Amino acid sequence: MSENIDRVNETEAAAQDVKHDGHKDKKKREPLFHITKRGQLPLIQAIGIRAAAIVLALIVGGIVSVFVTGKNPFDIYASIFDGAFGNGDRAWVTLQEIAVLLGISLAVTPAFRMRFWNTGAEGQVLIGCLATAACMFWVGGSVPEWLLIVIMLGASIIAGILWGVLPAFFKAFWGTNETLFTLMMNYVAIQLVESFLKIADKSGSNTVGPTILVHGWVPNLFGVQYLLNIVIVAALCVLMYIYLKKTKQGYEISVVGESENTARYVGINVKKVIIRTMAISGAICGLIGFLLVGATSHSIDADLVSGRGFTAIMVSWLAKFNPVIMVFTSFLLVFLDLGAGEMSSALGLNKSYGEILTGIILFFIIGCEFFVQYKINVNKNHKLFAKKGEKEVLE
Amino acid sequence: MFKKILSLVLVAAMIATLCAVFASCDTGSDELKGLSESPLPTPAVSSSVEIPDDFKIGFICLHDENSTYDNNFLKAVTAVKTALGLTDAQVIVKTNIDESNACYVAAKDLASQGCKIVFANSFGHEPFMLQAAAEFPEVEFCHATGTMAHTAGLDNFHNAFASIYQGRYLAGIAAGLKLNEMIEAGKITADQAVMGYVGAFTYAEVMSGFTSFYLGAKSVCPSVTMKVQYTGSWYDEALEQEAANALLAAGCVLISQHADSMGAPSACEVKGVPNVSYNGSTYDACPETFIVSSAINWAPYYTYIIESVINGTEIAADWCGGIKEGSVVLSGINLDVAAEGTVKAIEDAIAGFKAGTLQVFDVTKDNYITVNGEKLTSYMADVDTDDAFTPDTEAIKDGYFNESGDRSAPYFDILIDGIENLNTKY
Repeated sequence: MSENIDRVNETEAAAQDVKHDGHKDKKKREPLFHITKRGQLPLIQAIGIRAAAIVLALIVGGIVSVFVTGKNPFDIYASIFDGAFGNGDRAWVTLQEIAVLLGISLAVTPAFRMRFWNTGAEGQVLIGCLATAACMFWVGGSVPEWLLIVIMLGASIIAGILWGVLPAFFKAFWGTNETLFTLMMNYVAIQLVESFLKIADKSGSNTVGPTILVHGWVPNLFGVQYLLNIVIVAALCVLMYIYLKKTKQGYEISVVGESENTARYVGINVKKVIIRTMAISGAICGLIGFLLVGATSHSIDADLVSGRGFTAIMVSWLAKFNPVIMVFTSFLLVFLDLGAGEMSSALGLNKSYGEILTGIILFFIIGCEFFVQYKINVNKNHKLFAKKGEKEVLE
Repeated sequence: MFKKILSLVLVAAMIATLCAVFASCDTGSDELKGLSESPLPTPAVSSSVEIPDDFKIGFICLHDENSTYDNNFLKAVTAVKTALGLTDAQVIVKTNIDESNACYVAAKDLASQGCKIVFANSFGHEPFMLQAAAEFPEVEFCHATGTMAHTAGLDNFHNAFASIYQGRYLAGIAAGLKLNEMIEAGKITADQAVMGYVGAFTYAEVMSGFTSFYLGAKSVCPSVTMKVQYTGSWYDEALEQEAANALLAAGCVLISQHADSMGAPSACEVKGVPNVSYNGSTYDACPETFIVSSAINWAPYYTYIIESVINGTEIAADWCGGIKEGSVVLSGINLDVAAEGTVKAIEDAIAGFKAGTLQVFDVTKDNYITVNGEKLTSYMADVDTDDAFTPDTEAIKDGYFNESGDRSAPYFDILIDGIENLNTKY
């Protein structure tokens, strides 16, 4: 494949040469390099390119740090690592954050494989949080705790499905734009949460906290805080991999994503696939909302999901929609986020500097994907490489 | 070639105009009198306590130094750190910590880093601080502006505030004298002495603040009335600016605020309307309209908790610092805007507070605090926090409303005559 393109490019270059020969007075122009798409890159090479990008990112980040803050870059990187894994507690927090981000990323992935651009994961998770918190607030105390937890779980999943299916339904039947629809649903969810805050806590804080939501705390697994979330999301990750790669429904999703007409031609009910897939997305989002409120924070505020519904899009894309690779991409983003936050506190820098550094590192990591996908062919005939004598002749 | 010459000429012309503009700026400002000495300055931190090497204190802030509210806390951290000789490793500051589970995670992290004291500065941090306090009984958790310590039943959880209503009252005197000056100059009639107030929410903290500000003004300008516009946010520059402009449109001739951005002060500077500020001086940004600012100085409380922990003495569940402790401070007074005699009047009132002869919420004075034309004789306040806001404590004692006496955070939430809410949805 790539060889073919190469050849085409060469013939084009040759054709241009002929053209230029016609205007002898103008300088002869030849491109310094041209870009070709790579085929499948050997695994070692692909990893090599990415590793090089990370090393380069650390070097550039280090140089910028020295100039901007005057701190030792090794101290900065050490405190980033310390911030994410410094002691047992921090490692658990890091793992828990990875679980949440990975969970939301898994939720958006089936829709993305279907080319359904779900930008509403934020709202789908938040509405799950709200359903959970509402059950804790109104139902809590009047039913046994185990039953309350079951009700919370059911309510959050139904709420998530509702938030996911509504745009899918409109897309399937009337072709509405799902990106805008799902995005707008986020704001509806945020406003509903704001209303709940006003009803549940009249003291005027921006959050309904663990002193008010006292019922329905999901018990810790083996006495370890956060372990339950991690186990559930790990299981979800495996299931999602199997669902997408090994099942008929997973295959249908891929076909609809490639071409709706093909799907229709082979007898796939496209409308059904769209709605079913978004129901799955919404259900997982609702489940994550349940874990966030019921098992982790026991509190709710309008910013509880804090943009992770959007970060999940990046996680999913960076992993090319592969659930197993998403473990690494979500790890990377959480590690940088937590580490940079702790670094700025430990070294007395403004939190924004951590974000700048994270930005530099992400720039290289995302940028290197270009070099994994494409090859740069340097043109050896270019005059830059010509020897002195030849240069004069050329000119 | 012609083009080049033309552009050179144009550049030269532009530089010349710029120089002229800057030159004229420089000559215009030399008549300003500037700020007076503060009548209630921030006292220097002093402590005789010996800090052990293993001592650590952690601070949790809602925003960073770009917010006037948080900056006020951070300034006090620096002052105490320098005065007590604490090292960088002994003071850990976490900024931009939301009022969410993030606060619990941050508090736990500070405790496991070995902090003996964890301090958080925002109202919404409280439930998460309580949660962490229950898990780390050997660490002291101190929370500013909170209301739950005296009922939570935890020995290691404490609330703190300051009797900032006294500072607001002093700033109100400056506002009242400014109104008198405007009345005497014939700019407004006595009935037109209307002040505007930009508030964040309809909570006791805001209501207590604007009532004491109003009473300060009323103590010198009996005909004053006030309109209050709420924004529903502690920090929203555009909303605060809009609220200030709405108040000006409603006929207000002087503005004060209890919200954390520069919205209201800068709206006043644009319109040339006098402004009484909060949380620190806004003189640099608004030299032509700034009068005075009151603020809470947190350094005395920090010193108190550090000394208590090192000496092994108990920290009070509720601590409310006043003028005596140095917790209530004023900025310098802008002599170019404030009326004549302002410094003297404020100094007299400070002497009254110190001697105990002056009470802000004095319910016995005539034409001072009335509700529907009647003087207050009894008021049950909601001091013990509960969901239904049940009034539980008689607040009027010895002829005055005992603000912050039974709990550090303010609980004066009565709308008195002369103050009008323009909106109440928050």
